[in-house]
Amino acid sequence: MWKYLLKRFLLMFPTLIGVAVVTFFLIRVIPGDVVELRLAGDRGAASDAAIKMERERFGLDQPLWKQFGTWIVGVARLDFGTSMWTGSPIWDEIKLRFALSLQVAVMATIVAVVLAVPLGVLAALRQDTWVDYAVRIFSIAGLAVPSFWLGIVFILTFLIVFKWLPPMVYTPFWVNPWQNMLQLIWPALAVGYRYSAVATRMTRSAMLEVLREDYVRTARAKGLAQRLILVRHALKNAMLPVLTVIALEFAFLIGGLVVTEQVFNLNGIGLLFVQAVAHRDYTLIQALVMLVAGIFIFVNFAMDVMYAWIDPRIRFR
Amino acid sequence: MRHRRNWITCSIVALSLALSSGWTAAMAQDKPRSGGELLFVVPSEPPSYDAHAEETFGVIHPIAPHYSLLVRVDPFDKTGTKPVGDLAESWTISKDGLVYTFKLRQGVKFHDGSEMTSKDVKASYDKIIFPAAGVKSLRKESYRSVEVVEAPDAYTVRFRLKYPESSLLLNLASPWNWIYKADLLAKDMHWYEKNVMGTGPFVFVEHVKGSHWVGKKNPNYWDKGKPYLDGFRAMFMSSSASQVAAIRGERAHIQFRGFSPAERDQLTTALGNKIAVQESPWDCLNFVSMHHEKKPFDDKRVRRALSLALDRYEASQKLSKITLVKDVSGVQVPGTPYATPPAELEKLAGYGHDINANRAEAKRLLREAGVPDGFSFTFKNRGIPHPYEPIGIWLVDQWRQIGLNVKVETIEASAYHNMLKRGDFEVAMDFQCGFIVEPDLDLARFISASDANYGKHKDKVIDELYQKQARAVDPEERKKLVRQLEKRLLDEEAHVIWTLQWHRIIPHNARVKGWTITPSHYLNNQLDTVWLSE
Repeated sequence: MWKYLLKRFLLMFPTLIGVAVVTFFLIRVIPGDVVELRLAGDRGAASDAAIKMERERFGLDQPLWKQFGTWIVGVARLDFGTSMWTGSPIWDEIKLRFALSLQVAVMATIVAVVLAVPLGVLAALRQDTWVDYAVRIFSIAGLAVPSFWLGIVFILTFLIVFKWLPPMVYTPFWVNPWQNMLQLIWPALAVGYRYSAVATRMTRSAMLEVLREDYVRTARAKGLAQRLILVRHALKNAMLPVLTVIALEFAFLIGGLVVTEQVFNLNGIGLLFVQAVAHRDYTLIQALVMLVAGIFIFVNFAMDVMYAWIDPRIRFR
Repeated sequence: MRHRRNWITCSIVALSLALSSGWTAAMAQDKPRSGGELLFVVPSEPPSYDAHAEETFGVIHPIAPHYSLLVRVDPFDKTGTKPVGDLAESWTISKDGLVYTFKLRQGVKFHDGSEMTSKDVKASYDKIIFPAAGVKSLRKESYRSVEVVEAPDAYTVRFRLKYPESSLLLNLASPWNWIYKADLLAKDMHWYEKNVMGTGPFVFVEHVKGSHWVGKKNPNYWDKGKPYLDGFRAMFMSSSASQVAAIRGERAHIQFRGFSPAERDQLTTALGNKIAVQESPWDCLNFVSMHHEKKPFDDKRVRRALSLALDRYEASQKLSKITLVKDVSGVQVPGTPYATPPAELEKLAGYGHDINANRAEAKRLLREAGVPDGFSFTFKNRGIPHPYEPIGIWLVDQWRQIGLNVKVETIEASAYHNMLKRGDFEVAMDFQCGFIVEPDLDLARFISASDANYGKHKDKVIDELYQKQARAVDPEERKKLVRQLEKRLLDEEAHVIWTLQWHRIIPHNARVKGWTITPSHYLNNQLDTVWLSE
C-alpha cells in the first residue's frame, strides 16, 4: 500500500514541472505586453521611456532563460513573486478569490452529491419505469443547459419577478453567514445542477452494471435485505466511477467557472484568470496555472488513495 | 360684491400657500441632504493607488474621494474646462505669464490629523514634474514649461515657467495630481502605490481586491458641511451586464464611466422615474491612423479620399442609436471653448453635407493618385464591441462605396497597442481619451516627435502650430491657431481621419444628486458635492 502511495506521490512532481515549463513559454508566445497595456490606459499613448523603465523593473528586458530560472527558483521556494499588474504579492491576489471559489465548489459538490446519488440509484432500481424516465429527463436537461445560462435565468427572474438581486459583494461565511449564503447559493445551485446531471447518469449506469453482477445475485439468493444489498454490496462498488467524476468536476470548478463568475459578479479564481490573461500579467497567470494544475494533481492523488481504500484489489495489484 | 372680493382674496391666499408649499417642497428636494452611502460600480480596478503613476479611471473612481487637488475643475461645469480652487484659495498669474502664485487654504488636515502646507504641494508636484530615478510619473511631459516649484512660505506655492503656457492652469487641475504628504514621500517615494493618505472628503476604510473599495466621511474636511454622504462603496465589476443588473436591482446607484444607448434604454424602461439620465459629448474618440511609410498612404490624396468617403452626419444619426458615439466634431469636444463652430467644420474635407459630391471628389483623388478601382488594403480594428466594432463596420462600408476593397482584421484588445507601436498596419483604428478638454493635451500626440504618432507622419507645420497655440496667451488668437492646426491635420494633409465623438451616457438612480456629467470620465469623482435624496 505505502509503495503504491509513494509511487503516486512522486509522479506528481514531473507533472508539475512539465506544467511550469509549458506555461512559462506558452504565455510569452501570446502577443501583447503587460507594460504597454498598463501604461497606455485609456488615453492610448505611452512614452517609450516609461515603457523601458517598467520593463526593466519587471525583468522583462532579460533573456527568457534567465527569467525562467529566476521564476522556477522562486516556485521551488513557494515564492511566486508579485503581480505585474498590481505589484502585490501573488498570494494576496489569490487568497480571497481562492476562498470564494473553494466555497462555491464545495457547495456545488454538496448540491450535486445530494441530488445525484439518490436519483441515480432510484433510476437504476426502477429502470424503464416513469421514475427512471423522469430522472433521465432531469439529468439530460442538466447536461444540455449551461450553468451560466441557468445563472442568467436566476438573475433575470430575481430582477423581473421579485425586483431583487443577490448581494454583489462577497462577504466571508465567518463574517456574515446569511449574506454569504444569499450570494453564493445561486451560483452553487446553477453549477451544482449541471454537475449533478453528470454524476446522476454515472451513478445510474454504474448501479445498473453492479446490480447485474453475480455477487449481488448471490446476496439476494442468501436472503439479504434489499437495503443491505444496495448499501454494502452494490453502491460501494458502483461508487468508484462516480467518485472519479465528482472529484474531477470539483477540481474543474476551482478555476473553471469563468462565465458563471461573471454572471453573478463573483470575485473568484476564474475571473482572476481572465483578468490576468487580459492584462498579460505573466507572474499571476503562471501562479494560477500552477495552482489549478496542483489542485488537479492533488485530487487525482487523493482519488488514487480512495481507490486503494475502496477496492483492495488495487492496492495489492 | 363684498362676498366676491372675499372669495378672490381667499383664492389668492390659498394659491400663494399652495405655491409656497410646493416651492418649499421643491427647495427641500434641491437642498443637499446629509447621510447615506453612495454605491457605485467601477468597470476597472486600480493597479496601484498612486494616480501620478497610473493611467486608468479604475484608479480615479474609487480613490479620488480621498484626495484634494491644488486646483480642480468646477464640479458643476458641464464642459469640464473651468478651473476653481481646491486646496488653493486664490491665485495670481504674472503679466508675462511666467509665474503662477497660489495661496493655500489654512487649517486643511490630512486624514492622520497633520496640517497640509505648501511643503506637501511642492513635494507632490516635484514628484509629478521632476520624478527621481525609478519613480514613475506618466504625465511629466505635460509640464515641460515648468522650471521650478517653490514654497516661499507655509501657505504659498509658486510655479516658475520657462515660457508662457496657456494650458498650465487647467493642467494643474488634472484629476491625477493628488496632493500627497511630503513627509511620507521623503521616507519612501513609492509609499503611495500601496497606501492612502490625503486631505480629501472621504477617509479610506478598506480595499478588497477584485471586490470593493470603501470610504467614510472625513469629519475634518476643510469645506465645512461637506461631504454630504456618510460614505461610499465602489464595487468592481467588469461585466457590463452585471453593471446594468446592479443598477436595475438597486444594488448600485451609479456607474461613472458610461453605458451604451441600449443599456440606458433598458434601465429607463425597467425603472421609469427611479432613474435619471445625464448625457454629454465624451472626450474620447476613435480615429483612423494610416501608415505614412506604406504606399499608397504616403500620398495625402489617398488619405483625403478616405476621409471624404465618410458620411459622418448620417452615421451620427444611425450609430448613436446602437453605440456610444454621436457628435460630428473637429479636434475639440463640441460645446467646449476651443470646439470648431459648425460652419467652419463643414468646410473641412469629408465634413460637407453633400456626400455625393464628397465621394465624387474622393474617387477623383484616388484616380489622380494612381490608385486603381477595387484597390485592396487591410484595416485593423481592436476587438472591443463598443464602439470599435460598429465604427469599424461603418468605415469599411463607406470605403467600399468609393471602390475600395477593404479587408478587416480584428486584433485582440491586449495585443492592440503592441501592433500599433510596431507599426504593423496599413490602416488601423486608433483612439484617445482625455482627462480635460484642452488643445495642448488632446493634440500633443499628433506632433511628429510623439511616441503615439503611430502613423509616423512628419509635419513641421503641425509641430510649429502646436507650439504656437500652446504659448498663445490670448484665447482668440489661440482659437485661430487651433483651427489652422485642425485644417492641416484633418483636411490638407489628412494625417488621421476623425470618426465621431464618443457620447457619454450616465443613467443613475434618481436619488443621486449634486453630480454633474462632464465630457471626461476622469473628472468629478471627489464626491464632496454628491448627496442622496430621500
